[in-house]
Amino acid sequence: MSLTREQIAERAASELPNGGYVNLGLGIPTLVSNYLKDSQNITIHSENGILNLGPSPLSGEEDPDLINASKETVTIQKGGSFFDSSLSFSMVRGGHIDVTILGAMEVAENGDLANWAVPGKMISGMGGAMDLVVGAKKVIVTMEHVTKRGAPKILKNCTLPLTGKSVVNLILTDLALITVEKEGLVLRELAPGVDKNEVIEKTGATLTIDSNIKEMF
Amino acid sequence: MSKTFDSSASAVADIHDGASILIGGFGICGMAHNLCSALSKRENVGNFHLISNAGGMDNYGVGLLFEKKKVSSIIASRVGPACKAYEDQVMQEEIKIEICPQGTFSERIRAGGSGIGGFFTPTGAGTVVAENKESRVIDGVEHIFENPIKADFSLIRAWKADHNGNLLYRQSARNFNPIMATASNTTIVEVEEILPVGSLDPDEVHTPGIFVDRIVKVEDPTKPIEILKIRK
Repeated sequence: MSLTREQIAERAASELPNGGYVNLGLGIPTLVSNYLKDSQNITIHSENGILNLGPSPLSGEEDPDLINASKETVTIQKGGSFFDSSLSFSMVRGGHIDVTILGAMEVAENGDLANWAVPGKMISGMGGAMDLVVGAKKVIVTMEHVTKRGAPKILKNCTLPLTGKSVVNLILTDLALITVEKEGLVLRELAPGVDKNEVIEKTGATLTIDSNIKEMF
Repeated sequence: MSKTFDSSASAVADIHDGASILIGGFGICGMAHNLCSALSKRENVGNFHLISNAGGMDNYGVGLLFEKKKVSSIIASRVGPACKAYEDQVMQEEIKIEICPQGTFSERIRAGGSGIGGFFTPTGAGTVVAENKESRVIDGVEHIFENPIKADFSLIRAWKADHNGNLLYRQSARNFNPIMATASNTTIVEVEEILPVGSLDPDEVHTPGIFVDRIVKVEDPTKPIEILKIRK
């Protein structure tokens, strides 16, 4: 059975290093914060100038001066800090963020990522994504394995405008967990009940199968 | 000469047609709504070149400048979702837009205010952002050359100021404001409170007054929430 968005997020949460500083992108990545354990001691960075982002506020607690990178009201946890955009991107570009988790439209077998523009559609801009993918120590993509029309999103080469070249380290989808190695893509884990042949069929690039392949849960 | 002005209108009275303007804010958080509002009401002046990551809301802040069709171009890292007038004018190519990665956007402004002639960054290497730009391999990583950004005016929102122009910001309303305050010929700041000189602990000042030219107290202190998200 393919995983739900919540399950992908839950699996991603267990990839984070204890004590890590993490940035979570829009979509499935924001759900990751729901699955963090206190024992992991994760600090969430928000590109608009916050460290130690907390959950959404309770009704009545909201403050117009406290929003996340999606412009939603948010809270800050004890031991956090506020800073300006320049310092925020020193953290990002300067290699201080341990993991960035983002969505994707396409990922190539060499780790190229396309997640910010569709030609012909209204440009929304890349925001901090291009900085995050070059700066973070590890880049994790969370996404559906195929598009709504059933086309593969993992390809030999990206067709859409790139966010970064050879930046992705780990791909987590509703069907599988795939690592990006120098030699190419390696299929490491399968969603429970999903057959490896289904994954191979739905991937538009060559997959090496890990001899110790296991289940994602 | 005092830096403190009586009104937003008087503080923006000499912004000229075709001026380049840095406007702070992430979304509408930390946006100089009163200064934007006063500027939007000026007749016979427009064609502004904005540098702002604030998508704006209808009827608020930078959105008012778009509604009055006073913007001819903008540098930003994010466009939509934004106020309707902004989106429409971009779609119809009435506004020229330059999309810039947010970290590069921040560093270009910081460089502009700091006298740096330009810099190499790995951000955007191998993407459309790198087109027509000098590149260099540094420590085995491809970098692209980016120019600084400087403007005629900065419209800044801060929380408190003293009469010397020392500024304090509040929470995530800080964002681009501190760097934008350094990078223009004339920095105009709106604040919720103006304090007597000596009220601010020098250790706690976020933007030293050297960067600030004009200070005005907000006429309208309203701070709307763009997207309210609460937990049960």
